[in-house]
Amino acid sequence: MSVSATAADAHVRAAREALDAWVCEVVDWHFDPATGCPFWLERAKTLGWDPRREFRGFDDLRRFGSFEDEWLRGGPVQRWVPRGLAGRPVYVFETGGTTGVPKTRIACDDFRLDYELFSATLPDDAFPKGSNWLMLGPSGPRRLRLAVEHLAQYRGGICFCVDLDPRWVIKLIQKGWSEHLHAYKDHVIDQAITILQANHDIRCLFTTPKLLEALALRLESMRSSIRKAGITGIFSGGTEFTPQWNRFAHEELLDGAYMTPTYGNTLMGLAASAPTGPHNNYTIAYYAPQPRAVIEVVDFDDPGRVVEYGQTGRVRLTTLTKEFFMPGFLERDEGEREPPFERYPWDGVSGVRPYRGVAATTTVGVY
Amino acid sequence: MLHLPILRWGEPYTSMDVDEVVHFATGEPMARVSRANGGLIQRDMRKAQRARDALRALPIDDLIARVGRAGELYMEGTLPMGDGTQTPQEFVRAQSASTGLPEQMCRANMKKNAFVLAEMRGILTSLTRGLAFDLLTSGHGEERGVPIGYQAQSPALGLVLPSNSPGVHVLWLPIVPLQVGLVLKPGPQEPWTPYRMAAAFFEAGIPREAISIYPGEADVGAAVLDSCPRSLIFGGTPTVERYRGNPRVQAHGPGFSKILLGDDRVDDWERYLDMMVESVFANSGRSCINCSGVWASRHTREIADALARRLADVQPLPPEHPDASLAAFTVPGAAAAISQAIDADLRAPGVTDVTATYRDGERLRPHGRAGYLLPTVVHCASPDAAVATKEYMFPFVTVVECPQERMIGAIGPTLVCSAITCHEPFRRQLLDAVHIDRLNLGPVPTTRLNWLQPHEGNIVEFLFRARAFQTAPLE
Repeated sequence: MSVSATAADAHVRAAREALDAWVCEVVDWHFDPATGCPFWLERAKTLGWDPRREFRGFDDLRRFGSFEDEWLRGGPVQRWVPRGLAGRPVYVFETGGTTGVPKTRIACDDFRLDYELFSATLPDDAFPKGSNWLMLGPSGPRRLRLAVEHLAQYRGGICFCVDLDPRWVIKLIQKGWSEHLHAYKDHVIDQAITILQANHDIRCLFTTPKLLEALALRLESMRSSIRKAGITGIFSGGTEFTPQWNRFAHEELLDGAYMTPTYGNTLMGLAASAPTGPHNNYTIAYYAPQPRAVIEVVDFDDPGRVVEYGQTGRVRLTTLTKEFFMPGFLERDEGEREPPFERYPWDGVSGVRPYRGVAATTTVGVY
Repeated sequence: MLHLPILRWGEPYTSMDVDEVVHFATGEPMARVSRANGGLIQRDMRKAQRARDALRALPIDDLIARVGRAGELYMEGTLPMGDGTQTPQEFVRAQSASTGLPEQMCRANMKKNAFVLAEMRGILTSLTRGLAFDLLTSGHGEERGVPIGYQAQSPALGLVLPSNSPGVHVLWLPIVPLQVGLVLKPGPQEPWTPYRMAAAFFEAGIPREAISIYPGEADVGAAVLDSCPRSLIFGGTPTVERYRGNPRVQAHGPGFSKILLGDDRVDDWERYLDMMVESVFANSGRSCINCSGVWASRHTREIADALARRLADVQPLPPEHPDASLAAFTVPGAAAAISQAIDADLRAPGVTDVTATYRDGERLRPHGRAGYLLPTVVHCASPDAAVATKEYMFPFVTVVECPQERMIGAIGPTLVCSAITCHEPFRRQLLDAVHIDRLNLGPVPTTRLNWLQPHEGNIVEFLFRARAFQTAPLE
């Protein structure tokens, strides 16, 4: 074994040890009657065993089985607020909700911490410190707007925001109102163009792939481009962020601007990607901000089993913060398990796309 | 294995996203096809005017000659197919293998396409009502002493094509000689015709920048419709309903074509049995022009019985068999679902599956991943039965008992109506019925089209707008 391989193994081992220790600390917190939230304390009474005594690390989380997303629908939302955070201002963020009751997650500072960690992954030449941002995407009940705004502020800038309501977009698609859909998209892009032309020195952009496409095409029709509009760095995300789309964006939309794909949601946080481009055929591999969150790729039929590297499986998320504990949530996505590497010495996932079991009934890539 | 790239105004583009075209029964991969994405199309459509400019640089007379040559190449040539080549026989075999259509029907569709290309001058003359072709190029001119103007409404026509009916390709063949570009989104199982026709066009001297081909999923079809000011789409009733009244989109769906026997001729129904069988059975009943309903006021049980006896012996045969006449349903589970839907309709009072008496076994014949449905003749004692106006993509026909005076009101939208009657008031009513598109008075099989006549709307009128144009000399 080479020296570098040995060093890499040591990194992986150290990361794992840190994860195991953090799992024990988080489980202690959430199952301690003095600090835990009502949901988990009630749940502990049904287990017949005490996680605080019996857990030694991450693998022990399997004893909880899969986290049911129905647990997050409906209230009272206070059952998710840890007693250890009593008195702190609490945000509630939603995900889903086009029809029916959305899933909710409470947060105090998690979104700020997640995006501060993410900030460390951004190259300063593309995302210059002190420069202003445009957040072009879903806000409303989502954490995204506050998170991106905090990211901009954390990096010394000010964030402009243009909203898009994805629930309305999904309804327009389902009703076949394509004329309204286009009008709404144009309405959103009109606002973005207005802000970009208003001399605010916006250099950094968060947006979704669909809106980035629309923005780039609009700018092109104005004989401008993303780069000429002043944007030097973009972060974006979504399951439609395929290697082909990544390549298309780099070759035909960005005009040299830097773009980094991300993967995440309200429940987990934000997974950054390993560097991507022609050198790796635009493959996008995401790595969770471990130990605060963990991504696993598990067998479709046996979610308790992690697949081999390179094999395909369903994405399972685990969130491990003192604000929110979500072990073993089966995401509506699938992908290939990726090995650790230097920057992220833990597992990642690539080729993320809608999980085949729900893909036909899910409207994705709408914004 | 063949790889078919995206064609972006004639330039091949290999996508990192690839779909496989598979054998309809075995699922064995036959070709890999680059998958486009919506943004790529939107971006390319900014250059659509170049397609029209390149075509307008060539006189329409010249383009007619070139597409005629393309028809010969399409029929006889070994032509590029992605990163390989295809002989005509390889083309037929591939098309049959992915669509489930018997090879002899693939050959018949080839001949139909080649015929349209060979007869392009006559077709354009009839579709333009005899306009001088250069008037379409310049946009203005004079006819019979009157100044006239015609304006193309789009530099390119978008087409969202089906997988299950290679016969529809004739509809877009006149577009290039009209100096309008082509933006083709092939059906996932039938990329063959768009690529082979494009290759034939290019070899015959049609500018490459006039044609784009974007294989892909639903988002690609949506992008084509969004990006092209004029498009044709093929689909089911929901698709037709969705685009009804949209001036940008001409939607082609089920035809619900019918044969009506007038009271004055129905007693001689046996004389028209061959014509009925051909209308129901040609092209495996897959076309919108196949007859899905025979309507008469009497003798309907005898007519249904005679049709059932004629069709009862039809059995699935291997696609390469010269007598194969049934096409497979290639989407797994589709044939079974259709058969179940028919069975559900048969529970209504006065509705009978007449073929069940003569058929040996079940209607559904599973075959690997696919399935066949044997010809089915259903008798309806009343036009009020739900099944009376249904259409399926196999030899399926209802024989409906209906008083002549109720017939026109009850048949519903009808793409091709062959009416056998000499009764002048009835003929007059048929001529006036706006829900009938193509009208045949007399025993013309619904499947026999005169290509010099418009089909589901005149494509020239869809692409060009007649408008006022005046000019005065400038000092």
